[in-house]
Amino acid sequence: MARNVTNQRKIINTTAAWAVGLLIFFPILWTILTSFKTEAQAIADPPIFLGFDWTIENYKAVLERSNYGRFLWNSIIIAGGSTILGIIIAVPAAWSMAFVPSKRTKDILLWMLSTKMLPAVGVLYPIYLLCIRFGILDSKIALVFILMLINLPIIVWMLYTYFKEIPGEILEAARMDGASLKDEVLYVLTPMAIPGIASTMLLNVILAWNEAFWTLNLTAAKAAPLTAFIASYSSPEGLFYAKLSAASTMAIAPILILGWFSQKQLVSGLTFGAVK
Amino acid sequence: MFLKNSLYAATALSLFTAGGAAADTITIATVNNGDMIRMQGYTDDFTAKTGHEVEWVTLEENVLRQRVTTDISTKGGAFDIMTIGMYETPIWGANDWLVPLNDLSAEYDVDDILPAMADGLSHDGTLYAAPFYGESSMIMYRKDLMEKAGMEMPKAPTWEFIKEAAAGMTDRDNDINGICLRGKAGWGEGGAFITAMSNSFGARWFDEDWNAQFDTEAWANTLNFYKDMMDESGPAGYAANGFNENLSLFQQGKCGMWIDATVAASFVTNADDSTVADKVGFALAPDTGLGKRSNWLWAWALAIPAGTQNEAAAKEFIEWATSKDYIELVAAKEGWANVPPGARTSLYENPEYQKVPFAQMTLDSILSADPKNSTVEPSPYVGIQFAAIPEFAGIATEVSQEFSAAYAGQQTVEEALAKAQEITNEAMEAAGYR
Repeated sequence: MARNVTNQRKIINTTAAWAVGLLIFFPILWTILTSFKTEAQAIADPPIFLGFDWTIENYKAVLERSNYGRFLWNSIIIAGGSTILGIIIAVPAAWSMAFVPSKRTKDILLWMLSTKMLPAVGVLYPIYLLCIRFGILDSKIALVFILMLINLPIIVWMLYTYFKEIPGEILEAARMDGASLKDEVLYVLTPMAIPGIASTMLLNVILAWNEAFWTLNLTAAKAAPLTAFIASYSSPEGLFYAKLSAASTMAIAPILILGWFSQKQLVSGLTFGAVK
Repeated sequence: MFLKNSLYAATALSLFTAGGAAADTITIATVNNGDMIRMQGYTDDFTAKTGHEVEWVTLEENVLRQRVTTDISTKGGAFDIMTIGMYETPIWGANDWLVPLNDLSAEYDVDDILPAMADGLSHDGTLYAAPFYGESSMIMYRKDLMEKAGMEMPKAPTWEFIKEAAAGMTDRDNDINGICLRGKAGWGEGGAFITAMSNSFGARWFDEDWNAQFDTEAWANTLNFYKDMMDESGPAGYAANGFNENLSLFQQGKCGMWIDATVAASFVTNADDSTVADKVGFALAPDTGLGKRSNWLWAWALAIPAGTQNEAAAKEFIEWATSKDYIELVAAKEGWANVPPGARTSLYENPEYQKVPFAQMTLDSILSADPKNSTVEPSPYVGIQFAAIPEFAGIATEVSQEFSAAYAGQQTVEEALAKAQEITNEAMEAAGYR
């Protein structure tokens, strides 16, 4: 009897999970479907779900008009570069906060997070002027630095949370065995925190990949990533929804695939230490 | 020896001159509109003629506006040519942010630019941007539904006629709305439409001392007329509809009339996308007999930011893209219906172009718009659907949000107008106009 109840609950839970999952995924699915329609089918009312003549004309048109490879390469460099640089800075920062806290550590952590509350547009002009001054406007290096700085509070916070779960005694034992500070962080702490570091990196790559304020405002022709690629297909005067959907699908495909293959790592990292 | 030195000097001079005329790469910021995308496709023609390479940065209109404003106000130099409109050009020209286009070649024939366009893109008589294409607004209507309603569209109708016709064409059972108009918040969306409409009702944004005028009877008449007509004959949720939403409704046969940009004519008469392509007629935007019609004037134009390193190449590009030859090139490859409209007088004198069904009405609409004298009572600003002052975009966006809330029934027209009055006066006071 009890087993029946459990099965029933399992079915309900599974159905509910699938329903929520599909609901969240539906806009992406709709974008993908629309990318294979003609412009007329894309705006049809009532909407056509599957019963349309599939076409790849939109993808052909997008590839013909835009240099997708260049946008993609810029996205990879910017998202990857800002993530690696952020991790290099955040690991020692999080180590010191987790294992050698001072009286003000909690305040510093909160202050770091509070910088995320500042509206980005508030510092647009100063940063734009700095980029002009240093000659790095429309360059990947500028975006690598800026996106790293923007996401640094989140990286430090996440790593701090993971590091706190690691018993300090292990590091102490390493020290007693003669490990230097560098060895302690590199060969003892980091390998133990690999799932946490991996999920932090993945999350940061996703955040940097999707960042659309700085990547649009600080780039022109040379360093524009996929966010600019999508923006170039949005039009307030003309119905180009099918082409816009094709461009969007091409822009999200790499990160979607990355997320799909690394979901196990991502989930285990995000739930690391959640249940003791 | 003298001969040898002279030879060296001549060689050096010729090399220097050749360097001056060398191929450059110019970066152009532009919008994702059909005509602009088409122009990108013909870039090879420009490169073949001049040797200059072109890099395109295509952005959505609002993103582009923010992007180029940041760049030009900080002298960033990210772009050699910017695609801007009639709103920005006179303001930026006055700030010396743009290179004056007063030395274009004789072959370019600058006098061929439609006077209304040249005026709107000038400051103190100096042209600062060359129009790539221009537009006004007009009525697009379903001839079959008009006939079914037992009415005939005059060439220049009144708002009363439009309201009556909209009610007559509305067929809720068959999902047909008599009229579709912009109601979406945003100064360039619903804000532009209602401002142009208000001109025909005798309203204006400011009196001659820059005091807001939303507390006048003319504004109350405008908003009440709009809301009554749309509640009776407009589509559900019209408060959220902009250009694209109405285009979609019209193309699917769900609108009897649509008053919007003249460039929409090429979309609604294109049989590939529109289900009513062969049933569309055109008429001038309506009036109320006060001497001003409710059509606007706009141009997407190419301008050169001051301080660009590639000024000569940028000018060459502008001369190419906005020339008569470019129009001929597009006509030869894609037909006359696809050439950029509304910029040159000679286009409308061309017998081939006169065969395009919406050509004459587009020209008549453009010619009937006067940005320097857009209101019935005198006003201190230039512009029809906007006032060409830097503060306008911000103020009008807030005001149009209040109007949209009234259309959606979240507040009354009187409340929306009272808020608009307060918002505008406060902003103008803060900016030092009052």
